[in-house]
Amino acid sequence: MLDNLTQRLSGVIKNLRGQARLTESNIQDALREVRMALLEADVALPVVKDFAAQVKQAAMGQEVIGNLNPGQAFIGVVHRELTKLMGEHNDALNLAITPPAVILMAGLQGAGKTTTSGKLAKLLRDQQKKKVLLVSCDVYRPAAIEQLRTLAAQLEIDFYASDISQKPQDIALAALDYARKHYHDVLIVDTAGRLAIDEAMMAEIKQLHAGLKPIETLFVVDAMTGQDAVNTAKAFGEALPLTGVVLTKLDGDARGGAALSVRHVTGKPIKFIGVSEKPNGLEPFHPERMASRVLGMGDVLSLLEEAQRGVDVQEAEKLAKKVKSGQGFDLNDFKMQMVQMRKMGGVSALLDKLPAQLSKAATDSKVDDKAISRLEGIINSMTPLERSKPELIKASRKRRIAMGAGVQVMHVNQLLKQFEQTQSMMKMFSKGGGMAKMMRNMAGKIPGMR
Amino acid sequence: MFSFLKKNSSETATAPTAEKSGTSWIVRLKSGLARTGNQLSDLFSRGGMIDDELYDELETILITSDVGMDATNALLADLRRHVREHKLSEASELKAALAHCLLKLLKPLAIPLQADTHQPFVIMMVGVNGAGKTTSIGKLAKHFQSQGLSVLLAAGDTFRAAAREQLITWGERNNVTVIAQQSGDAAAVIFDAIQSAQARKIDVVIADTAGRLATQTHLMEEIKKVKRVISKVMPETANSPAAPHEVLLVLDANTGQNALSQVKAFDQALGVTGLVLTKLDGTAKGGVIAAIAKAHPIPVRFIGVGEGLDDLRPFVAEEFIAALLDQPA
Repeated sequence: MLDNLTQRLSGVIKNLRGQARLTESNIQDALREVRMALLEADVALPVVKDFAAQVKQAAMGQEVIGNLNPGQAFIGVVHRELTKLMGEHNDALNLAITPPAVILMAGLQGAGKTTTSGKLAKLLRDQQKKKVLLVSCDVYRPAAIEQLRTLAAQLEIDFYASDISQKPQDIALAALDYARKHYHDVLIVDTAGRLAIDEAMMAEIKQLHAGLKPIETLFVVDAMTGQDAVNTAKAFGEALPLTGVVLTKLDGDARGGAALSVRHVTGKPIKFIGVSEKPNGLEPFHPERMASRVLGMGDVLSLLEEAQRGVDVQEAEKLAKKVKSGQGFDLNDFKMQMVQMRKMGGVSALLDKLPAQLSKAATDSKVDDKAISRLEGIINSMTPLERSKPELIKASRKRRIAMGAGVQVMHVNQLLKQFEQTQSMMKMFSKGGGMAKMMRNMAGKIPGMR
Repeated sequence: MFSFLKKNSSETATAPTAEKSGTSWIVRLKSGLARTGNQLSDLFSRGGMIDDELYDELETILITSDVGMDATNALLADLRRHVREHKLSEASELKAALAHCLLKLLKPLAIPLQADTHQPFVIMMVGVNGAGKTTSIGKLAKHFQSQGLSVLLAAGDTFRAAAREQLITWGERNNVTVIAQQSGDAAAVIFDAIQSAQARKIDVVIADTAGRLATQTHLMEEIKKVKRVISKVMPETANSPAAPHEVLLVLDANTGQNALSQVKAFDQALGVTGLVLTKLDGTAKGGVIAAIAKAHPIPVRFIGVGEGLDDLRPFVAEEFIAALLDQPA
């Protein structure tokens, strides 16, 4: 895994402890680390330079408040500035025009235009009840039209059939005419991938734009793009009046520095991000989450969402009810928690999403998937009665359980202790305000979480 | 060596870019890397002494070419050492010195692919979504045919809409048989293709697979299975290893430092034996090769600089560096 900023900064800022203010001299090293981290995240160099200057200005004279250390305060500044740079809030599509509203997709080869067109059509239909028509003007790449046709059929979206013998311009205008006659709300026009330096192809898309007069012209860009994102975005931005950006393939491990470069150069908002291969894998863009990701601060919100997806809701509700009703939290429930954890991809998958400091702490405390399966083994060696009444487990039972699970008595003791801790935490949950109190405690420990 | 590159690829004349294929390979490679190249020649031709400022600018150029921090630092350290040892002082001498250092870094990667060592020689193409796998297969088929080898393609991308049709179109253009199935399992399609190649005494089988991000654990497990199945059709014998004989990872040259994670992840899962770097015909690019050479060296078998059928070529370190630094090869 890439070194992340939080980790790197903690080293630099150790000797800053006890200082109440961030000053030019004490953030020098930290700023250099910020530059390095951003470069490693593929943020373009000119953008990095501008940004570092901005951070410096914002950080100067910043007071270190509460129980934060100067490093955390500094990261807070970086995070805020980064969020600001990426647009502060989410910009939605503007479709307020006499229908059909035309959306033109543009970008390099392999950025994900066709897939995004399909996902966008589905999103507009499902969430905004729009009647959408899809059309492909890609007469160059073999089977590109076929790809959109197949997608449209899968998603049950109307598709305007085109053919590679036609000119892109003719296809687009015919599709627009068709959309008008059939009362479509939105027409999404997919185009061929093109290089910004390819003059013939850029002239073609300019002509398409002039003919279609789209209300939204979306630039589709791969989150894994490197330093060249700046040049590409600039060239596309100069050729076409872009209205927004779609960042694709964010479900990989790319840090997505391209987002920053593109936003900085075009000045256009990032409207959507592509987060999976599934048809519903297109989400509105949230600048704050992206800032955390670029900085390697962990994506706590996505983690929560994943938890919601992975956890068996019925089981969780059952547990919640049990805890609320005052009935004891027993070893059966404890085991259930571990099973749920495994369903979410195991401890290692969770650690990946946690902020560096937390994940390091967790690694140090040796919570790993192996340990968890050992705990499960121990519980499996207990009788049903022991599981529901753990207080019964005394020396002789411990010996038997240890033998059955192939571990030492010591491990059984550890499990019981962990269980007791969890139990007392559960009691806190059941009392009013417990959760909020816990989150407050946590927020102080996680930079960037408010 | 490059005389045969000049012929026009009329098959692909559908794209307006195809008219460019009349120019020679080197010219196109140069124009692809022009941005980096121009910046570098500006820097070197400016004259004057070698000083820290020059190194700083060089660092900037390398970073903006996606060379990455680690490889940039290593390259500059090597360059400084070289300059000291040879007592260079003029900025103009730095160019040859940089070419020397780059060559040292990249030369080990320039190992061409020998596709006639087994029959059939099975190549498995892998990579992230949109890297250019299917397009590269079309071009590779042409490449092997020009070497006098017969080729068979396996449409193993059973996930993406119309991936099969795309490969079939490439097959028609090259007059190559494509084995495809209506639906189903990638491993099964490739299994059939290899058996069919064995029966027909075909020289090279190129298997397409669906694009996947290395973080998608289930898809990485699936592709491991595809590889296992391939090795079952052609198991290890006394004089040849099990198929696939080559696992080619296709990388988009636009990719930044994530290319490194891709190389590591795919190598860990499948044992990647070669790289294909596509889309080098954009603007500032190519530096990611240096990053890979530094952190996780794997032979670069081919590089692609255009949309024409002839635009995928074996990687030659000297050519690449000459194009980058705008020197005669």
